[in-house]
Amino acid sequence: MYLDYAIRRFGIMLLVFALAVSINFALPRLTPGDPVEQQLNQLVSTSSGSVGDVKAIVDSYRARFGLDQPVWRQYFDYWGMVLRFDLGFSLANYPERVSESIAGAMPWTLGLLGMATLISFAIGTLMGGLLAWPRAPRWLGWFAAPFLVLSAIPYFLIGVILLFVGAIVYRVFPAGGGFPFDMTPGFNWATVGGILWHATLPALSIVLAQIGSWAIGMRGMLVSVLGEDYIMLAEAKGLTQRRIFLWYAVRNALLPQITKLALTLGHLVSGAILVEVIFSYPGMGYRLYQAIQSKDFFVIQGIVLVLSISIAVTMFVLDLLYPLIDPRITNKRN
Amino acid sequence: MGPSLASLFRGNLPLIAGLSIFAVLAVASIFGPMIVDQSLAQVGAVAPRRPPSALHWFGTDAQGRDVLTVMALAMPQTLKIGLIAGLISLTVGVTLGLVAGFMGGLIDATIRTASDVMMTIPSVAVLVLVAANVRSMSVELMAVIVAGLSWMVAARAIRAQTLSVRERGYVQVARLSGLGGLRLVFVEVLPNLLPYIAASFVIAVGQAMLATIGLEALGLGPQTELTLGMTIFWAQFYGAIIRGMWWWWGPPILALALIFIALLLTSAGMDRVANKRLGGL
Repeated sequence: MYLDYAIRRFGIMLLVFALAVSINFALPRLTPGDPVEQQLNQLVSTSSGSVGDVKAIVDSYRARFGLDQPVWRQYFDYWGMVLRFDLGFSLANYPERVSESIAGAMPWTLGLLGMATLISFAIGTLMGGLLAWPRAPRWLGWFAAPFLVLSAIPYFLIGVILLFVGAIVYRVFPAGGGFPFDMTPGFNWATVGGILWHATLPALSIVLAQIGSWAIGMRGMLVSVLGEDYIMLAEAKGLTQRRIFLWYAVRNALLPQITKLALTLGHLVSGAILVEVIFSYPGMGYRLYQAIQSKDFFVIQGIVLVLSISIAVTMFVLDLLYPLIDPRITNKRN
Repeated sequence: MGPSLASLFRGNLPLIAGLSIFAVLAVASIFGPMIVDQSLAQVGAVAPRRPPSALHWFGTDAQGRDVLTVMALAMPQTLKIGLIAGLISLTVGVTLGLVAGFMGGLIDATIRTASDVMMTIPSVAVLVLVAANVRSMSVELMAVIVAGLSWMVAARAIRAQTLSVRERGYVQVARLSGLGGLRLVFVEVLPNLLPYIAASFVIAVGQAMLATIGLEALGLGPQTELTLGMTIFWAQFYGAIIRGMWWWWGPPILALALIFIALLLTSAGMDRVANKRLGGL
């Protein structure tokens, strides 16, 4: 049964992969005009020659894409390029390759999103658990209410307010970037400190917005766990309240939260992308924003492709993992 | 049949609060554009970068527009995108959900796989590609694109409910008495799904607005039209946050926060109604 389930999830991942590549292939070809030449011409007319040798780029792309070839041939060639991770060149920063550009931005996004999600998961889950626990202090409800409200608001709107308060009104935190301008990054504590310092506000805006939604999910889960027989048995055995809460209630309610992580992954990534734009944080989101501003078409395409595929792969891994950690889920799904 | 309108609202504070906020926003959107002098929203109409004053209550932006006027014109546009996109995605979602739940078999499997696949692809990514390829973006086109990527939640919810309603006694009776196909769906099944459809609508509008605002913040929104998201984009583009021009980005952010809080409250309230019909959860 697990095998059936795994095969189905794998099939869905492949479909997502195929769809993402096909959309990337089809969209520029469905719009009238030659996007490469059009974008390049526009770039040349608006900027002062920082583009590089335009004709060489156009020619290299014509040859590369084989635009005179039949469409099915182009489609297969495109697949070949994607599988070799050859996403072409950046138009704005020629001769930088799109894959290099993405590789440089990826760690920042992963770090920011990963840290922020871990922190908010820990705080939010604990908060949600306590909200459903009858013996939790009364003030907790009032304390949690603002977070529930914040969870409704898009991350980057919170980011704008944090940026204004934390970096403009009170000049405590830097207003943008991933590390201090006057610093050469290296493997030392100053670098780590600088990076963390710059990540504080962007991470905080994601954390503040996420805590509430983790808390809501956990609260619902814990309420249903508290109705289970084994909780009653634990009470009857006279175990301490703390032990029942942590080892019987929270532990069993925790696992389904991973399901939620898989379902909201796309939402998390989209949110983080926009936070990066607000804080000029050097990750994929800010790179995408820059590419859109400079009409750097191949970078836009590349980032979109990498985002879709990495989300699909992550979801597949999560999908595979959680029936192993929590066998109840496979039964429920089928 | 069905609960009366009054009993729907009784004791349902989130629903009342959420819908009240929307009522206020709707009134502001209808009468706002009539009251303000619309020419003040044109570039260069007033002295730029002025903080709020008696003359310009919300100050002016870097391009010489009166922020209050911009807000009055942008609010209805943003709500319009949300409503159109929400309606389209709900229609598509409910139709597919009903068909999948009722037909079963291969059709069900196809629709289910399609919605699983679509759910995995980050909608912002596809939106970015589409928007980057379109010559000029308009409010309506944006709504259609956003809707095309957000029908899955409604489809899933309605499919699950259709499966459960389908097996209930009165549907079986109707089926046995010769009612078939479309009539069975529309007369017996659909009315009983109304609470879920209403709840899905609120979620669809919320998702559509979230996707829209994201696109606009990236600079892919309708460049020539005034929306709340585009106002934030221009504010960010001209460095309003760094320059401390809080009166420029503050109002659209507050307005959007209010819309999203109202959506959350309404959704929570709808959830209560929908689950009450299930016998309370």
